Amino acid sequence: MATTTSAEHTRRDFLYIATGAVGAIGAAAALVPLVAQMNPDASTIAAGAPIEVDLGPIQEGQVIKVFWRGKPIFINHRTKKQIEDAQSVDVARLPDPQPDSARVKPKREQWQVLIGICTHLGCIPLAHQGAYNGYFCPCHGSVYDTSGRIRSGPAPTNLPLPPYEFVSDTRIRIG
Amino acid sequence: MSGHPTYQPQNAFMKWMEARLPIAGLIYSSFVVYPTPRNLNYWWTFGGILTFLLATQIVTGIVLAMHYTPHVDHAFNSVEHIMRDVNYGWMLRYIHANGASMFFLAGYIHMLRGMYYGSYKEPREVLWILGVILLLLMIVTGFMGYVLPWGQMSFWAATVITNLFSALPIVGEPIVTWLWGGYSIGNPTLNRFYSLHYLLPFVIVGVVVLHVWALHVVGQNNPDGIEPRQASDTATFTPYATIKDGFFLAVFLVLFAYFVFYAPNYLGHPDNYIPANPAVTPTHIVPEWYYLPFYAILRAVPDKLGGVALLGASVVILAFLPWLDRSKVRSARYRPRYRFFFWLFVATCVGLGWLGSKPAEGVYVFAARILTIYYFAHFLVVLPLLGRYEKTLPVPGSITEAVLKRASAAAVVAIMLAGLIGFSSPSVAAEADTPPKQKWSFAGPFGKFDRGQIQRGFRVYREVCQTCHGLSQVSFRNLAEPGGPEFTRAQAAAVAAEYQVAAEPDDQGEVKDRPGRLSDRFPAPYKNENQARARFNGVPPDLSLIVKARGYERGFPWFVVDLFTQYQEHGADYLVALLTGYSDAPAGVTAPPGTFYNKYFPGHFLAMSPPLTEGRITTNGKPVYDDDTPATVNQMARDLTAFLMWTAEPHLEARKRIGLQVMLFLVVFAGLLYFTKKKVWKSLGAHG
Repeated sequence: MATTTSAEHTRRDFLYIATGAVGAIGAAAALVPLVAQMNPDASTIAAGAPIEVDLGPIQEGQVIKVFWRGKPIFINHRTKKQIEDAQSVDVARLPDPQPDSARVKPKREQWQVLIGICTHLGCIPLAHQGAYNGYFCPCHGSVYDTSGRIRSGPAPTNLPLPPYEFVSDTRIRIG
Repeated sequence: MSGHPTYQPQNAFMKWMEARLPIAGLIYSSFVVYPTPRNLNYWWTFGGILTFLLATQIVTGIVLAMHYTPHVDHAFNSVEHIMRDVNYGWMLRYIHANGASMFFLAGYIHMLRGMYYGSYKEPREVLWILGVILLLLMIVTGFMGYVLPWGQMSFWAATVITNLFSALPIVGEPIVTWLWGGYSIGNPTLNRFYSLHYLLPFVIVGVVVLHVWALHVVGQNNPDGIEPRQASDTATFTPYATIKDGFFLAVFLVLFAYFVFYAPNYLGHPDNYIPANPAVTPTHIVPEWYYLPFYAILRAVPDKLGGVALLGASVVILAFLPWLDRSKVRSARYRPRYRFFFWLFVATCVGLGWLGSKPAEGVYVFAARILTIYYFAHFLVVLPLLGRYEKTLPVPGSITEAVLKRASAAAVVAIMLAGLIGFSSPSVAAEADTPPKQKWSFAGPFGKFDRGQIQRGFRVYREVCQTCHGLSQVSFRNLAEPGGPEFTRAQAAAVAAEYQVAAEPDDQGEVKDRPGRLSDRFPAPYKNENQARARFNGVPPDLSLIVKARGYERGFPWFVVDLFTQYQEHGADYLVALLTGYSDAPAGVTAPPGTFYNKYFPGHFLAMSPPLTEGRITTNGKPVYDDDTPATVNQMARDLTAFLMWTAEPHLEARKRIGLQVMLFLVVFAGLLYFTKKKVWKSLGAHG
């Protein structure tokens, strides 16, 4: 090997690096399908399309649950008192400050639509329970008010809102 | 093997680790400085290739298990779900299914290499026997995996193979019932096969570890069959053997990728795209190509127990090879007579394989008997006699001497390809006429669907076929997805809304129909098979997979040619022929009542009346499509078939596109590895 010139060295090194690099690219490309297959498949995505819900049969004071993308959506037909309770809170003192008006559609304050999954660790809160007569999570004791805002307990944020819109006075489309 | 340098850890952590768990040292001594005979040829790369394939099967298998449902009602559909909806699911399944074939191909080459060069002889008997155990485990694992898709071939393979045990006297029947977990093949059988199919690959890994361990104790044999005696007889495992294995693995992957992307169903059977039906056995059942020689032996014996016994013996006898071959010389290079008989044995195995794919009748059975006798005679008569009477050639004194005398061996790709003779199976009995070959836009390596054609075909399906035939695997959203008819989403949604599907229960608990949505599938034309029989005088098959579920026998040598010309459209050609093949029955033949004569239909009498007639498709009163294409019977048949090709293989375009990228990559990579290998081995030449 003592006779090897530096030019040969360079050429050989380049060959080794090129081969190694192409091999590494191939290995990385082979990982793509193995990782991608764990993402939601086409049928799951299609089944996650928007759903429409008829609000007509929901009585004042009643909370119903519907499922969208496998998540429970709470639709709460709030009473006048519940709306007042939610609106009269000093927003600045809340753990996750948000006025009630930001959590309902304008002029539709009686309809509150939210994703019924506790922001702590994903349990489903019970409606009309807890100190604020809103929602109470039985797993670890998080308490939400009638606007679904966190008031006490370990949950860090308010109950999230799904994307939805009113298609008529008594019909919403979720998603 | 005199002591080679041991691992000397350099940094403090590795020293600490090495004193507690010397795994780095084990890897270093086993896979870096381990001496390999320097004269190994490319046939010795198949051990590495098999290791790679085992890893590939396990990785893709674990992935498929994430999406598969082992239940008789869901297994078939879950496999189709993988093929259609799971991201890259079609690719992963085709890799796994063809990977099994590649595994057996590489395994057989690996074994034949051992037989040619006498690798089973003292002191490598245990190494060889472990290999035979691996073959047995592969056979069992492959069989159980084949059952899982729960198609017709799956079901009947399970039936036939488990029934082998019923040949045993007294205990036979109870054993079969025990294997089934019931009075017939059913859900318990499928579940346990799934469980064992997941388990056995890890047992194989365990035996592979023993196999490699035994190999590293006795060292590798080599083409000259003499033990290394001096340092110049060997080269270290890394880089010499590693780079050589790597290069040939890349070459092998070209072949593997060719099957996966361009001929994924070539080695399979169309019948396995028909859901399992315990009431109907396919007219011609054959196992996968890698079991055909054993299957031929089974059928050659006119006795139930005898056939099963010889089938078992044909594998088990391999384990006794080290004691049946008494020759002191290992390699066939120095055994001219043995060389002849070795190739005769290979020809016998290939011949048995071909016979295994033929119907068990007449001259085929006779030939299978002759070859079966020779198969066993090779082990029990030829080898012991050769050991005694053969005049062997002088064996070189050392490997170095042998290498210097001979130019290096040529590559073996061509032989390997020639050795790969898949035995495509017929699905339609041979008595029917051969369908004429059609030209298809989706054929060949760059094939694409003709959008206009499959849109027209969809119209034919809707206006002619759908009152009787379902399309259960297809969702309305598929109509708008890339690679298909590519309607707009709005068009697809409008199509969906024309169908009524069962809605979710309403407030009163009533289940009513509602208009279809994009996420719904095409609703079935009948509620159940009994309703279909009452209405249609038979059960019209679902058309989702019909193109892949039909085919016709091409016969030798065409099935070999088809692999290279990529003729994969047997099903499509058959379908066009069937749709246009109605005529009056020949003189002297009368069709049974309620059936129609068709010269391409196996058996000729078909319950379906001629579906396509001039005038079935009209636009503004004229027999044309919306795009003014004349709607002749032949045109409708071709358009419908192209549409059904898409429903059977919705990712065909993506498959061929990705296939081209993979092939280009592999060719470049193999080329680079080849030159790297040459550079690396040049330095060994300098040592002399």
